[in-house]
Amino acid sequence: MSNVPADLHYTKDHEWIKVAADGTAVIGITDHAQAALGDVTFVDLPKVGASFNHGDVFGTVESVKAASDLYSPISCEIVEANADLNNSPDLVNREPYGGAWMIKVKVKNPAELAALLDAAGYAATL
Amino acid sequence: MSELLSRTPLFALHVELGGRIVPFAGWEMPVQYTGIIEEHMAVRQTAGLFDVSHMGEARVRGRDAAKFLDGIMTNEMATIRVGMARYTVMCQPDGGCVDDLIVYRLAEDEFLICLNASNAPKDIAWMRAHIGSHQVEVLDECAAWAQLALQGPLAEKILALVTSTPLASIKRFGFVFGEVAGAAGCLISRTGYTGSPGFELYLPAAAAEKVARALLAAGKPHGLVPAGLGARDSLRLEANYPLYGHEISAQISPIQAGLGWTVKFTKPAFIGREALHRQAQGGPVSSVVLFSLDDRRIARQGAVVFSGETPVGEVLSGTQSPVLGKPIGTALVAAGHAASATLTVDIRGHRLPLRLATEPFVK
Repeated sequence: MSNVPADLHYTKDHEWIKVAADGTAVIGITDHAQAALGDVTFVDLPKVGASFNHGDVFGTVESVKAASDLYSPISCEIVEANADLNNSPDLVNREPYGGAWMIKVKVKNPAELAALLDAAGYAATL
Repeated sequence: MSELLSRTPLFALHVELGGRIVPFAGWEMPVQYTGIIEEHMAVRQTAGLFDVSHMGEARVRGRDAAKFLDGIMTNEMATIRVGMARYTVMCQPDGGCVDDLIVYRLAEDEFLICLNASNAPKDIAWMRAHIGSHQVEVLDECAAWAQLALQGPLAEKILALVTSTPLASIKRFGFVFGEVAGAAGCLISRTGYTGSPGFELYLPAAAAEKVARALLAAGKPHGLVPAGLGARDSLRLEANYPLYGHEISAQISPIQAGLGWTVKFTKPAFIGREALHRQAQGGPVSSVVLFSLDDRRIARQGAVVFSGETPVGEVLSGTQSPVLGKPIGTALVAAGHAASATLTVDIRGHRLPLRLATEPFVK
């Protein structure tokens, strides 16, 4: 069974979001997603300052088997992209909720957060 | 989904071993157990065991068997010695490939032929349709045989632990019949599809699970792991072995695919000879190239290849090479571009230079 931490929010596209009190959020992909992808070889992330609307493709995660688009779960602006993933894309397989966070963003429209799934809601989709 | 998928005699073992099962060529097969890269490196460094029972088998026998096969295969069949195997292509009149195959000569008048899973029914129908007046019969033995591929530098050492059959005397592309793990009547062949040394075992279907379990148990202390179709694909691509439907197909001839060495124009007649001869003399319209990329993105099947701003081809296969740590692949490019140093490939809007390779990435 895949790991679904209780303190995060989720999308049905298998991304997780950790919202902070200061109006920022951190986004990555779930344990279920990394297991389905298999060995991750590359993570293509956007530049700081780039803006995305809810549902836009913000990057790509590439495994031996396939390349998968990453969808922005909310409208946001990139504050930081995880540089560790350049040299260690396999972090996505080993620490999907920790060292393999992908982007830190400024939340543009807090109202969109209400549409995210909680852990129980996401686990029910698996 | 209404398509009925077949299962090999090892399906339950795959599930027990934690294999991730996917549909492939009409079969439910394990794509990986622990991970493609780990399984790939085991084959390069120790050994891996693949279930390739989805592959088909046909037995061709009769007084005219060799003559019959020489009329439908591009490679020479009559000169295969009993106890040896040979790689060949079977072509359409226009030079496109019906399939690529390994032909084992069991006796002067008897051959066992290994067929690609997705092509097996088509191949058998094709062979039967071309029997003509030859004294020969083509038997469908797909259900009778299971196949295991034991591949890697320690393959021989591991196989020797479970068989009394002498292995050292089996040459590359040679084979013998013998006992493996108590199962009689196994064809033990020094062949493979990985670019690493090893064996392919043709087993009576009922014996497959016993043999697989014995090999896994005996090999585990030596680093043997079960390996899935994902690693099989990345291994064969590093070794530049073609896969039907990618580097060869009904539209891509053996000449275009760089398999001219399997086409013997010294034979007076075989299906496809004239078309292949024209391609070999005048140059094919397009040809297959092997490449690597100095990037992290993988160029996958269908990615467009450019010369300047002109599309000149497309990617046929692509993966990450675990040995090189770089993406590798094959592409079909238009005539005149096969040696170009300035080709690029488009991956999601990024134009990356193709580094053409003249040798396989492993030997």
